[in-house]
Amino acid sequence: MDGLNVSDVNLQVQLHPSRSNNVRKAVLRELSSLLLRFNEKFQGVVLAYEFNIDKVPEILPSMHPYLYVRLKAKLLLFSPQPDMLLEGKVVKVRQESIHVIILGFSSAIITDKDIREEFQYKTKHGKDLFVSRSHKRHVIKAGTMIRLLVKSVDEETLCISGSLLPAHTGSILWLDKHVENVSLTDGICRSNKRRRGNEEESVMQEPGRTSAEAYSMVDHYIKKSKKHREYATQKPSRSEAYSAISDHSIKKSKKHRESAMQEPSRSEAYSAISDNSIKKSKKHKTREES
Amino acid sequence: MGVVLRDDEAAFRKMGDHDLIDSYLVYRARDTLCSVSLGDTEDYRQLLSAMNPEELGANEIAMLVTNLKALAGAVSYIDNVLHNELLSAIFNMSLWNYKPDVMDALVEFIESLATSSGKYVDYCLAMLTCQFFPPGSLPLPKILARKDGVLSRVHSSLKYIADLVPLSPVRLVPIVLDGKPQYRLNNTSTLSLVIYVENMLKLESGVLGEVVRIPMLAGVVDLLLDLDVEIEWEDIQNDTSKGIFEMELEDVDESRDDGLNDDSELPRKLSWKTSGGNSFAEKLDSLMVLIFEHLESCQVADRLIKIFDTLLESFKKTVLTAYKSKFAQFVIFYACSLDPKNCGVTFALMLEHTFFFSTNRPLLRMSAVAYLASYLSRAKFLSVFVVADTLERLVDWCVKYVKMQDDVINPEAHRIFYSGCQAIMYLLCFRMRSMMDDPQLKPWLVRLPLESILNNKLSPLKVCLPSIVLEFLRQAKAARLFMTSEKFIFDDYLESKLSREFGGMERLDMFFPFDPCLLEKSDSYIRPNFIFWSMVQPTYDDEDSSDEDVGEAFASDDDGGMDCGIMQSLEEQHFDFAEVGSALNKMSITPKDSLHSRFGGAINQPMRMPSRIRPSTSPESL
Repeated sequence: MDGLNVSDVNLQVQLHPSRSNNVRKAVLRELSSLLLRFNEKFQGVVLAYEFNIDKVPEILPSMHPYLYVRLKAKLLLFSPQPDMLLEGKVVKVRQESIHVIILGFSSAIITDKDIREEFQYKTKHGKDLFVSRSHKRHVIKAGTMIRLLVKSVDEETLCISGSLLPAHTGSILWLDKHVENVSLTDGICRSNKRRRGNEEESVMQEPGRTSAEAYSMVDHYIKKSKKHREYATQKPSRSEAYSAISDHSIKKSKKHRESAMQEPSRSEAYSAISDNSIKKSKKHKTREES
Repeated sequence: MGVVLRDDEAAFRKMGDHDLIDSYLVYRARDTLCSVSLGDTEDYRQLLSAMNPEELGANEIAMLVTNLKALAGAVSYIDNVLHNELLSAIFNMSLWNYKPDVMDALVEFIESLATSSGKYVDYCLAMLTCQFFPPGSLPLPKILARKDGVLSRVHSSLKYIADLVPLSPVRLVPIVLDGKPQYRLNNTSTLSLVIYVENMLKLESGVLGEVVRIPMLAGVVDLLLDLDVEIEWEDIQNDTSKGIFEMELEDVDESRDDGLNDDSELPRKLSWKTSGGNSFAEKLDSLMVLIFEHLESCQVADRLIKIFDTLLESFKKTVLTAYKSKFAQFVIFYACSLDPKNCGVTFALMLEHTFFFSTNRPLLRMSAVAYLASYLSRAKFLSVFVVADTLERLVDWCVKYVKMQDDVINPEAHRIFYSGCQAIMYLLCFRMRSMMDDPQLKPWLVRLPLESILNNKLSPLKVCLPSIVLEFLRQAKAARLFMTSEKFIFDDYLESKLSREFGGMERLDMFFPFDPCLLEKSDSYIRPNFIFWSMVQPTYDDEDSSDEDVGEAFASDDDGGMDCGIMQSLEEQHFDFAEVGSALNKMSITPKDSLHSRFGGAINQPMRMPSRIRPSTSPESL
């Protein structure tokens, strides 16, 4: 599934002095306020985070001596964009629409305008379903995991407008079994490795597994420049605490993401996660800095 | 609008054979909606007029239902700009004004619209939240008749939307909290407010509870506190006929003079005016009863602990920090009474920790210990052992404080210490007898180092409220627990200059938050679990000592004191609450005019109890 990525970010959090007895807890509290909300700075929704306090917190000299904490965090982001392929579970089928829930929290709706002609609405044993005319076993009903194309995203409510017009959208189970046929008819070549990757990603509906697997993609993504870090440290105000992630870094991370997408197989990316790889990437980072 | 309709054949092909008419109507509705973007508004205007019929006859109702059902199937063709009028007309409809078939159709449309696009979620949630209370024009019989029908539909609709849009409960929270009826407005009836809060509590206990529980309960507590604040003491003082707040105990004769000699009637009650600020009391009373009943239902459902944690957090943030809350605190008192072993003890521990935690603000600590003393004194459901444990920790804290200090009497600098001492004495005024009667607790109480905290250079006996000090000394002396050779003469029975100093501007020296609840309906819930001063068995005998000069009595060490074994412990008593009213009238503790009575004037009367002071009602406390 597209739209999930891990970003390494530098954050600055300012804590009230009363929180100084447990800085880590206070930082967790601050970061939890980012969860399940679209964040413009990150251009996505923070699903999980992991952080290390970079330096000993400093006290800001002012009327209210806030604690100034610098963090290095890894954020698991969900950044749905138009034309991405997302996967979710159908929760409701009506004649006019199919309702899907993605990653357990984001809702997607596919209206009948966006369901390809191939699918026919039927009711069977009192249950609503869409059945493919050409492939009788290609059925979409409540509980089916489907792959859909993103048409638009409402960032405020995290509601997605989706589409089942492309041939490579529909029930994941059916598509994975008949991918070669689909590829031939649509001219869309998707490697078997890619499919295996998708299978793994579909499991990421379960929040518990999401972060663990996604973190495995560490270091394929953002490398922050030294310049950026300097820039970030010059922004002490609380309201801008999260602004430490500059546009530059986000752009950079996007590039990394793109390059990561082009890798031969995402399953390889998962397997590449090991302490060694992290160490290597750290070395690489140091070299970059020097 | 940019919508391209499929041809008729395609549209019908997708429709089931069994429901062609409905499908046709849906198709017509889509056509009507799309035609607006093409400049053809004739059908749309007809649709609008059908949505706003001047008269609501059978035909109009049938048309309304048909249109709503058709529109529910065409929501993806609705544009919030092009069809603004239509949306406004529908959002302004109230389920309370319609019969079930219209309600169903309207709810179906709202559900479809809310789940069709993210941009309509908030509008639809707001529309459903507006149904949480009836329109003002609806007569009471209709409200009562339709209430269940409307609310069940609204809540099932909210659940439906949450099933399809999982983040909708998060968006619902601010809408519900902001949508509360304006309790300040005279035309906002108590019933509206009660029904609204009932819905908030229904959300809390419903399937959306996991998400909305904390903000809903916090919102309810905030509302209680808002109403509490609206009841001003100045208004109370201005009511010269009887005063809104009757005292906890009245002299029998005075009660008779006031027409309160009927045993069946409570000697104390809150009488509120139906207009002006005092109708807040009526609203508050009704809301508190609603919450009490909700707490009872939670206990039956075995989820009281879950609710209690949230209530406690809310109490810490709002009630405890509020300036002398008068009534809202009884919600947590009642919750504690339902589960004394868990909730009751947890509450006491929370207050205790707040007092001990040295980084808390002094006022917060003083407020916490005032709550603690009042709670432990009044909570009939608490075991005397729980009270004793807390008392021991309070005394320990005071002992350590005294050891650390080498200062002389200074009410302002040591205000936390004095508030701790006053709490200990107040607590003992209520509980000393029951502790002395317990064979296990008696030796423990005798060994308690009261001497070291009360007889030292900081002189808490001179600083704390005279009435508490005198009552404590009297009981302590009778129980041979603690005696002092010093003679205490106070200018005023109620307060002294030093007590005013340690209480500060906030007058926390005179804050007893769990004094008897003066809201009539709420009181009926609190009363069975409440220790009134009339129930307290002091260690002395009133008859023997009533004429005693208290100041001199304490100066005399060789006075025999009272027989400790005469009376039963408080726990052994079984109070018949029908008789409580009569008991209250018979046990005179404080004169009605005690606010102005000097200590000298009180000598010839029975000992007055500090609870009667009702510090929160004291005009000086303002």
